[in-house]
Amino acid sequence: MPSQAEIFQKVSATLVDALNVEQDEITPSATLQGDLGAESIDFLDIVFRLEREFGIKIPRNELFPESIFQGDPDFVQNGKVTEKGLSELRQKMPFADLSKFEKNPELTAISDLFTVEMIAKYIEGKLKVKN
Amino acid sequence: MRWIWIDRFVRFESGKSARAVKNLSLAEDYFEQHLPGYPIMPACFILEGLAQTGGILVGEANDFKEKVVLAKITSARFQREALAGETLIYDAEMVTLRPEGASIVGKVYGIPAGSTAQEPTEAPIAEAEIFFAHLDQARSQQLFGDHNFVFSGDLKYLLGLAKVSAQRTDRAK
Repeated sequence: MPSQAEIFQKVSATLVDALNVEQDEITPSATLQGDLGAESIDFLDIVFRLEREFGIKIPRNELFPESIFQGDPDFVQNGKVTEKGLSELRQKMPFADLSKFEKNPELTAISDLFTVEMIAKYIEGKLKVKN
Repeated sequence: MRWIWIDRFVRFESGKSARAVKNLSLAEDYFEQHLPGYPIMPACFILEGLAQTGGILVGEANDFKEKVVLAKITSARFQREALAGETLIYDAEMVTLRPEGASIVGKVYGIPAGSTAQEPTEAPIAEAEIFFAHLDQARSQQLFGDHNFVFSGDLKYLLGLAKVSAQRTDRAK
């Protein structure tokens, strides 16, 4: 099982290739869309590369859920994610750090959950199960 | 002008790799303007030929049932220009093939005018990595119906031509 630093290093290299960004732009807290300029199709590319790099299977919608709430009013009200929605997020994305988002759960800020660190944590979890 | 940027397939291994060739004729329209007095193939057309080679490789892997669209060119490097009179060899190799899409890596070689070589004799003139998406089945049926507008005729026809040509060669032996 590779160390956390090794996983992060490999994730960084994957993102450099997939997004054509510079190595020094990749920090743990960098957001994929806001900071690294990822577009929707890049998410699929990243998934393909991570699978190859780490020898794992990433089921569709597991790492990057496409539409978590599907417009359900129980989950989103007035543009904000409800407590029920937050608990859904915790369950579907246990690898994401929700601490900042929980303080002001604007639906539009949900893409900020997708950070480099989130991917590294997800991979770490997958590799633990695999080994 | 028809949007076909390869002339024929010379090698095809289903789901794995494909090689196509394209002869650059001075009669092609774009050479008149690109560039006057110095006919070189625009780099985007070189990439289009590679994308068609790779796209057919990806489409054939699922028996042309998926609508394969070019989603992104992850990287592309060009080492030299391709001149009218040359033959381009397009090599595409499948890297990933999944229900949602596929990626290929490709190399483009130039056989200079006058050479009789059948295999690449020098370093690639271009290399690229291309990512294809399968248009979401449910959504694309809503938008476009059952008809596969990607592999509607000409592109698919190219593979058929390659098969006919191979059969002829076999019969001649």
